[in-house]
Formats: sequence, structure tokens, C-alpha cells
Amino acid sequence: MSHANRATEFNKDESKVNWHDKALWYVREKRDKSAHNVQGWEYLRQLGSGIKANVLSNLDEYLVQFESNAKSNGVQVHWASNAQEHNEIVSSILDRHNAKKVVKSKSMLTEECHLNPYLEAKGIEVVDTDLGERIVQLAEEPPSHIVLPAIHKTKEEVDELFQEHLGTKPSGGNPEYLVGEARKHLRDKFMKADAAITGVNFAVADTGGVVVCTNEGNADMGVHLSKVHIACMGIEKIIPKEKHLGVFLRLLARSATGQPITTYSSHFNKAEEGKEMHIVIVDNGRTEQLSREDFRASLHCIRCGACMNTCPIYRRSGGHSYDYTIPGPIGSILSPGKDLKKHSSLPFASTLCGSCSNVCPVKINIHEQLYKWRQVIVQEEKQPILKKSIMKTAGVVLSKPKLYKLAGKSARFALKYAPKFMIYNKLNAWGKARDLPEVKNDNFDDWYKKRNKNG
Amino acid sequence: MNKKRIKVGLFIPCYINQLYPQVGIATLELLEKLDVDVVYPQGQTCCGQPLGNSGYEEDSKGICNHFVENFKTYDFIVGPSGSCIYHIKQHFDILEQTPEVQKVRANAYELCEFIVKILGKTDLGASFPYKVGLHKSCHGLRGLKLGSCSEVQGEHYSTEEDLLSCVKGLELMSLNRKDECCGFGGTFAVFEEAISAKMGKDRVQDHLDSDVEVLTGADHSCLMHLEGIVNRNKQPLKVMHIAEILNSTL
Repeated sequence: MSHANRATEFNKDESKVNWHDKALWYVREKRDKSAHNVQGWEYLRQLGSGIKANVLSNLDEYLVQFESNAKSNGVQVHWASNAQEHNEIVSSILDRHNAKKVVKSKSMLTEECHLNPYLEAKGIEVVDTDLGERIVQLAEEPPSHIVLPAIHKTKEEVDELFQEHLGTKPSGGNPEYLVGEARKHLRDKFMKADAAITGVNFAVADTGGVVVCTNEGNADMGVHLSKVHIACMGIEKIIPKEKHLGVFLRLLARSATGQPITTYSSHFNKAEEGKEMHIVIVDNGRTEQLSREDFRASLHCIRCGACMNTCPIYRRSGGHSYDYTIPGPIGSILSPGKDLKKHSSLPFASTLCGSCSNVCPVKINIHEQLYKWRQVIVQEEKQPILKKSIMKTAGVVLSKPKLYKLAGKSARFALKYAPKFMIYNKLNAWGKARDLPEVKNDNFDDWYKKRNKNG
Repeated sequence: MNKKRIKVGLFIPCYINQLYPQVGIATLELLEKLDVDVVYPQGQTCCGQPLGNSGYEEDSKGICNHFVENFKTYDFIVGPSGSCIYHIKQHFDILEQTPEVQKVRANAYELCEFIVKILGKTDLGASFPYKVGLHKSCHGLRGLKLGSCSEVQGEHYSTEEDLLSCVKGLELMSLNRKDECCGFGGTFAVFEEAISAKMGKDRVQDHLDSDVEVLTGADHSCLMHLEGIVNRNKQPLKVMHIAEILNSTL
């Protein structure tokens, strides 16, 4: 199923679309205000982008440096070349500790690797402790946004979900009540957890430590209350030095939600005495993406979600319409690298308006990469015959003035004289919600010739 | 002493030529008022953008070469469509970069930008006593940088606003979302019909909510899409290209 089909489904409820659009536009405007209040914001983006480019060019060395520093802090470091290996490593650590109850703070990487179902199949309880993540977990849905995982759900829907799963009373969607109940529910899970899994926002090469940004403090709560901490990271999460956090922490929260900084920026450098800390470093297709010159910069991404909030298509089609762990514009340039066939409609789910590239805190040229993926997809994937023949014909007609003149005349003739039912039918997607232009007697060519004759 | 007059090759994009001759006429008349030599090269077709944006860049090389052949002798190439000009500047990189190709790419200008930046004029003596809403098309705005973008920190500027603010009687209305995409996007309009139509509908509503009488812009492809929605829903909004307004003496 293509993005267009899923988007059409989402658009069957226009009031929901309006609500979704407004909720995310509100976040985008908050981002503008907060970002533009920082003197030198554009320079900060440039710095962020430059540091990431440096990291990607020297990734091999930084990763080894990071590993060696982490090890000297007593952290156990594991390498996984793909999702399967990642899941096996996490599972084996849990096995060793006989851990049956796991709390997890937000990690798009573990979503990408489908860790939860893998562990659940082995009889392990995994509880997502970020509130939004917990909501979608209870609803048995994937997150629809990387920062606001349950943004597609109204508070009334959450109310019903909590009644069903947490036994709450009907509250008509009272946020204070619902959050209070979620808090009680999650505290219980934290207290009983055997192990904590977190994602990683930044892995600092020169200290071997990792930084996790949350607004709910759930990463800290999980790590401090359990015996084992497993931090999972993609290879591109490296930053060279601790001082570079001064760039990225300022960029991240402002871009994500318009906050000056996340409520918690938690630094995990080593395990407490008597406890264990593990870091799993995952490739899962990233090296391959790194090898694609046109698409390399997609690995700059710090997962702020700003491109989703600003994208006029994402806001009106919802995150699930992308059918990929990372939705929205950034997902549309990452996903084709993972499975070109499956995700071949995503680079076309854009008007190439360029707003995503403008908000990106690490200056990924997202809309240019969307354009480039389109060229790759047309070359490598089978295209719908109708579209293909139209494009191929246009390529010939528009390079030959005489053919073009004839085609223009007949198209205008058809548009003008064809009966309405032939123009506005099911095959004409344009005409479903829009009228076609009214055709004048002369085109510009005709007018220009006549004028020159008369003048 | 006679200063050498600037020689302009008028580029009328294919869809304007076929469907909106009045926009081409206004563009030509406007340029003729501005003391430049304007020639409309016969046999011009298209910039190749519809193919490039659909992933068929390879098949558009013939079109692009034909374009360069048509326009290589002019000092400037001026057209009333930001996205076509952007395509020439940005995506003619698929051609061998001969001196002609480089010249055409460097000297292609969107109409408003040409008038303000190259000719240094903003007051064109037009009058148009209506409440006008400006649709800032994405490729002109974020591609050609015709104005400041709401996402980017910096001073406010706008090439089209500079021109419209000099039009007598014209009242430029402020919109809620200053530079959101209209949802046209070329073949996107057809292959992502639901989202495209919804985006257009929302954009039109913003203009209506802002008491706009005439919706204008520097890219008629966006305007074609928005006008299609206005006409279908019989909404009280007139859609005109900015060249038509700048060429008005109402």
C-alpha cells in the first residue's frame, strides 16, 4: 500500500486531520519562537552540521575511541551489525541476569530493531516508560512521531485506553487525572524492574559516556532503580567531545518542542557499584547509507522531529501513513536505503517545498535528497505503466517544438470541447476537488504571432 | 549617449503558454515598459521540471538542451514562474556544463527578482485597488530566496512585497501561515490527490479568513491549483498572477 492510499484513509476524517495539523503546527511555531530567540541560531545549525560531517568522515576512529573510553569506565561494549544481532545481544544480557521485567525509555533504535516483540516472545515483559510510548504500546500501535509518539491520539482516546488497560475511571479526557494515573502505573513498573534499557542521544567519544534526553526523567528512574542498564545506540550517535553538547543540546530541544533544553539531560558514564552498564552499538544499514554520497548527510539526524512538525504533508497524513519507524521527511530519505521497493512511494510524498531542510538543526538537505531518491527509484523500481509512458512521451514531445505545438493544440481543444463527464471522471484525480483551468481561444504563441503581424 | 539596452529572452512556461496566455501577455507588456529589449524566442517548450520532479530526469535531457539552445544568446532569461526558473538553476546540473549551459543557469531570473534585483525598480506605476493576499510559492521562496522564510532566523524581506507595496490602492493582507505550501507539487497534485487537495483547501481558507479579495503569487502552477479549488467551491476569491497586478492601471 502506498503513502497516498494511507493518506487518503487518514483524510476520511477531516476534523481529525485539522486537529492533527493544528497540534503539530503549534509545536512548529513554538520552535520558531524559541530558536529565533537564540542569537546566532543559523550559525549554531552550521556548527551542528559541521560536527556531524566530521564525525561521519572519521567514524571508524571515533567509534574505537569511544569503545576504549567506555571500557576503561567499566562499561561493557557490544557491536551489532544488524537488528537480529542487536536483539540477541540484549536478550543474552537479560538472560544472564535472569531479568524478566524490563523498563525501557524512548529509543527509536529499539523500535527499528523490533526489540519489544523479540523479547516478549521470550516471555520478558517490556514496558515503555515514556508516556507517549506507553500509550501507543497499550494501543498496540507503532509510534506515529519520533518525539511525540502518540500525537495521533486525542485525550479522549487515551481516556478509553487507560480505562481498558489501567482500570481508570472515565474522566472525559482529563489530562491531569490521566497523567496522575499513568504515573502511579509506571512507578510500580520502575520499582519492580530487573533491567533498564535506554536509547542514546549522544555518545561522547572522548569520555566514553552517553547522554539521554527526556522530559519525564524516565531514563534516570529506570537506570537508577534496576541492576542492569543497557544503552542501545546507532553508530552515528557519536560526537567527538563533551563540549560539543553545548551545540547539540541547544539545538535538539528547541527544534523538537521549542523548549530551551529537555527537562533531563542525563549523563551515564559508568555503572553504580554493584551494577552493570552495557552499550550496544548498532549498524543495521547505516554503513551502507554512509557509502551513498548523495544520501550520506541523512546520518546527521539527531531525531528532533522538527521536519515532521513543519511538513505540510506529514501534518495532514499522520505518521502511520509512512509505514516506517521514522516517519515524515527524514524517514522518507532513510527508508529507501533500507528497502527501496517497500518504501518507494515515500520520496514522492512531498511537494519538495523545502521547509524540512530549513528547520533541520543539522542542515540535512532533506528535500534535495527526496528529489534524488526519486531519480533512483525510477531507474531501479518498476513504475506504473501509465505514469511511465506519460513521462517518456513528454520527454520526447517537449524537446521537439513542432510536436509540442500539436500536443498543446489538441490538449487545449480537448479541454475546451470534451463533454464534462469525460473530463471529470474517476480517472482524473485533478478534477475530484478542483476545477480545470478555463481554456482561452488563443495560447500565448498565437497571440504573440498575431501581435507581431498587426504591429 | 545610448547605454546598451539589456536583451531579455522571455521564457513563457508551457502551462502558461497553453492555459494562461494573459499571464504571458502581462509579463511581456510589463517588461516592455521597463526599458529592456524583450524577445520571445519561438519554438520554446518547457524547462523539464515535470519530468525531473517525477524521477524522470534522465528523459528530460533533450528538453533541457532544447531550452539552452533557445536561450543561450540572451543577457537574461526571465519567466513568470519561480519553480521553472529554480529548476533551470538547480537541476540543469544533469547537462554537460558547457559555457552556454552555465550562462543560461546563471542568468535565468524569476520576473519579480529580475525587476527588483537587476533593474533596481519597485514602483512600476501600477494601481490596483483591492485587498490582496500573497501566496509565497516554495520554489521561489526557499529555492530562489525571493524572500525570508518563516523557519529561518533573520531580517524580513520579500521581493514580491517590495513590488506590491508600491502598487497604488493595493492593500496587502497578512496571513495566518505566511509561507505554507499550497500542495500543488507537480504530479504530486495527482498522485497524492487527497493531501494535495486538502493543502490547497487550507491555503484558500487562510486567504478567506484574512479578508483577501485577490490571491496572487509569482508562480502560476500554485495559482492554477488554488484557483481550481476556489472555482470548484465557488468561493469569493479572484486568483491572478502578480504580473497581471503589476501591469494593471485600474
